[in-house]
Parts: sequence; C-alpha cells; structure tokens
Amino acid sequence: MLRDITLGQYYQTESVIHRLDPRVKLGGTLLYIISLFLFRNFLGYGAAAVFLAAVIGLSHVPFKFIVKGMKAIVFLLLITVVFNLFLTPGTELVSVWKLTITVEGLRTAVTMAVRLTMLIIGSSLMTLTTTPNNLTDGMERMMRPLKVFKVPVHEVAMIMSIALRFIPILLEETDKIMKAQIARGADFETGNIVKRAKALVPLLVPLFISAFRRANDLAMAMEARCYRGGEGRTKMKPLVYEKRDRLGYLCIFVYLAVGITVGRLRF
Amino acid sequence: MSIILNHVNYIYGEDGPLAVKALDDVCLQIPDGQFVGIIGHTGSGKSTLVQHMNGLLRAASGHIYFNGEDIYDKDFQMKKLRSKVGLVFQYPEHQLFEIDVFSDVCFGPKNLGLDRREAELRAFDALRKVGMPAELYYQSPFELSGGQKRRAAIAGVLAMSPEVLILDEPTAGLDPKGRDEILRQIKELQVRTNMTILLVSHSMEDVAEYVDRIIVMNKGKVMYDDVPREVFSHYKELEKIGLAAPQVTYILHALKDRGFDVDVNATTTGEAVETVLGALGRKGTYI
Ligand SMILES: Nc1ncnc2c1ncn2[C@@H]1O[C@H](COP(=O)(O)OP(=O)(O)O)[C@@H](O)[C@H]1O
Ligand SMILES: [Mg+2]
Repeated sequence: MLRDITLGQYYQTESVIHRLDPRVKLGGTLLYIISLFLFRNFLGYGAAAVFLAAVIGLSHVPFKFIVKGMKAIVFLLLITVVFNLFLTPGTELVSVWKLTITVEGLRTAVTMAVRLTMLIIGSSLMTLTTTPNNLTDGMERMMRPLKVFKVPVHEVAMIMSIALRFIPILLEETDKIMKAQIARGADFETGNIVKRAKALVPLLVPLFISAFRRANDLAMAMEARCYRGGEGRTKMKPLVYEKRDRLGYLCIFVYLAVGITVGRLRF
Repeated sequence: MSIILNHVNYIYGEDGPLAVKALDDVCLQIPDGQFVGIIGHTGSGKSTLVQHMNGLLRAASGHIYFNGEDIYDKDFQMKKLRSKVGLVFQYPEHQLFEIDVFSDVCFGPKNLGLDRREAELRAFDALRKVGMPAELYYQSPFELSGGQKRRAAIAGVLAMSPEVLILDEPTAGLDPKGRDEILRQIKELQVRTNMTILLVSHSMEDVAEYVDRIIVMNKGKVMYDDVPREVFSHYKELEKIGLAAPQVTYILHALKDRGFDVDVNATTTGEAVETVLGALGRKGTYI
C-alpha cells in the first residue's frame, strides 16, 4: 500500500549517472535549479529540457517511473498554476464572470508550471540515481568547510543517513502493523475525522514502540563497534573524483553557459 | 465450507525495477476441519499466500472462493471474510497496543460490532484456549515474556471466533520449550473445536507431528501437496530447496541402508520408535 510512494526513492539499475560521484550530482542539481530561475525566455527552458532529457536517457530510469512519482505533487502544481492564472493583474485576455485571465497571468502560470515540473524531475532524478548513503557522504564532504564554524558536519550527516535508512524500514513496519490490525477488524478508511484519528492508535502505539526498540538496538550496535563520533574517523570508500566526474562537471558548465547565454536574451 | 484458490498469481512492485513474482499459478483447495501445514524456505511465498486468503492482498490474476463466494465480487464483504478467516501474522506480538492483555484481546471482537458483554466473554474464552495464566490478564502486554506475548496476540485473533485460523510462523523466535507448548496448544484447539487450521512454518519438524496435510511452497509455486508421509518420501528433493525432512526420516533411511527392516515413511517420533522396535523384534510403548 505505502510502497507506491516513489518521490525521493532510489531506483536500482546500472548507468553512468548512477556511478557519478554524489558531489557532481548534488552540485549539478543545485546549479540546474538555479539556472531555471535565471531564464527570461523559452529558449532557456528548451535548453533545460534537452539537458534533462539527456540525463534521463543516460540514467536508464524509465520515464514512466519518474512520472509516477510526480503524481503526488500534481495537486500542488495545479494550485500554483490556477492562482497565477487568475490573480495576476495586467492586460485582459478573456474574462468569464468574476474571473479574468491576463496575458501576464498566462505567461507566469506557464512559466511556473514548466519551472516546477523541471525542478521536481531534476531533483528526483538525483535521489533516483544516488543511494541515500552516497548522498549523505557527498553532503558531508561538501559541507566540510563549515567545520571551521563549529558546525557538527559529521553528526548531522550521520543523523541524516540513519533517518533515510529507517524510512523504508518504518514504512514496511507500518504496512505490516496496518495489515495485522485490519486482520483484527480495524478500519482505517471510513468514519469522520475523530473516528479516524482514534483508529490510528492501534497503528501508532506499536509503530512507536518498534521505532524505539530499533533505535535502542542500533545505538547498542554502534557502541559495541566503538562508534564515538566523527573525530579521527576514516572512510572505507573515500570519495575520489574520476574522469567521468570531471566530464560530468564539464557537461553541467557547458549547459549553464549555453542556457544562460540564450536564455537571458530579450526579444 | 472451504477455501479454493484458482490459478492465483501475485507480483510485488509490479512495474518497478525489483518486481518479484511471489505467487505463481497457485491452485489449492482447503476443506473444512483440516489441519494443514504450509512449508517453504524463507521467501518462498508462504506469507504472501496466506494474506490472500483473508483478502489483505489482492491477486494480480486468478480467483479465490470462500464458502462458495468469489471474494473479488463487487458486493462481497471483505470485513466479514476477515472475521471468518483469522490471520495471525509473523511476530504478532508487534501489534499489541492496549494497556492490558484483556483489553487487547477485546479489540477484535469489538471491531466486529459485538456488545461489551459478548466481546469480553469471547476474550476470556480465547485467553483460556491459548493457555494464558489468569493472573496475567490485566498485566500490560509489554511486560510479558516472548511466549506469553505471542499467546496474547493469538488470543486476539481467536477471540473473533474465526472458522479458519491461519498462523504465520507462530513459533519463530521462540525457544524449543515455548515452541512445543504453542504447537501442542494449537493441536489441542484443532482437535477440540475441529477448526480449519493453516500452520505456516519453515521447519518440517514443527509440523510433521501435527498436521493432516503438507503444502510445500518453492519460489511462489506449490511443489508438493499431500499427506506428510508422501511429502517426506521426497526428502532428497526437499533438501535441494533448503528444507529438511524431520530427523526421524534420516535415521530411518540410514537404518534401512544398513539392512534393518524399518518403515521409512514413519513421520512422527512415536511411529518411528514403533517401527524400529518392530524391526528389532521387540515390543514396547513410546513414552
Ligand atoms: N512487501 C513486499 N514488497 C516487495 N517484495 C516482497 C514483499 N513481501 C515479500 N516480498 C517478496 O516476495 C517473496 C515472497 O515473500 P514471503 O511471502 O514473505 O515469503 P515467506 O513468507 O515464505 O518467507 C520474497 O521474495 C520477498 O522478498
Ligand atoms: Mg513469511
């Protein structure tokens, strides 16, 4: 039931994009998102779309699978479009009853929709092709300079990777407990809000107990292996840039240069 | 009446990258009052199979009939099915949530819409059937031992008075003593109430002594479906799929190979003792 959520999920397969250093993907995604907000015309979005399509192609993640993850945010997208469409002042295009669509409104709505869609596909492509562990490794490495300002970079990264690691486990657990209670006649789907909230007790109590039990076990296991924070800790697989990573950076910069040059032209 | 599965297939994560065919063309009939063992290696599809029988999972294709009704019919009441086919999950103690054991056992019958009196009487009855010591009825379920927690959880399903009771690995994680106690209690329940019981396990030893029929699952398929002695006669094939026949089967085969005239198809320890004594020309009783 709950396993259908694909946003933020990892898609296991073999591809160049999967093998890229997580820092390239993190940096690339960040630059890509920024670029989407710099464009002034549709040529820029065209360049962004081509770049995105190329990366999707290289990643071997089926487009169908990516779109499936988008379903969750279609609603958000729709609200943005509707508000922009009707609430932007400017020259009137059509007017029905009290609702007016303006030329500016139409333009902003379309721009927003395109921007958001590409932004979400772009960033979900990063999580689809990078394992959570790799992702936090990359973040830890990129945030290392912040240590100068006494930011506990290692600890934050460790907390994040543990949290990410536990999401699927807890989802699975939720699924199991839910089924077990349904088998005992529990009903999670009908009734008013109060009744539904009450129905969650048989789900939440066991879930919390299990989360605490797991946290306890994990803490014990980490301590048994002498974990005492990041001080002096080395990595089994340190992140090292390879040729393909440099090539990756090059591609991103070429995209940025081309995109921004044509995307910021005014007609 | 009975449960019938007709060409049932099920796939996890159907269009994802990690699609797993968990049930592959499964056909089964479970008549009333039978004590059935479902055996298979971890991952062979046992849990998936039993979750179909009370409608928690929906077959990708195929049909399931319960008491003559197709459970996928539009006007079929799933809730009724779930009260008739009680499913005790693996590690059922993970679903306990109430402040005391008794209230937890009442959860099921209350969900059926029974009044307080009826629900509580059923809870008492179920707790007695699973052999829960009376002084524990009003303890927090989280303070019980592993075996007692499991009893409480089984009672929680039993209190719904199902016609069919399915237990998914009821002995997993218990010590040998706790395991034998639970199994004996289940057998007693079956003899006394003549309830249809499906016992899922990955250990032949567990079921050999108790069941009328064994269904062996392998990679989502039904591999054998027969009385225990017939199934164990394939002990070489069973080994190939990571299952072992009960120890007595090995001992009897070894004796036979060394020239003793024993019946290699004995499945329980009692039968084995008898045939060995018979071969030695002695009389005796199994203690
Ligand atoms: N919720 C799930 N999502 C995806 N795959 C699953 C899920 N549950 C079980 N599987 C897979 O389906 C197969 C059968 O699992 P299961 O029915 O649990 O086997 P068993 O109970 O015999 O150990 C296994 O390969 C398992 O990995
Ligand atoms: Mg199982």
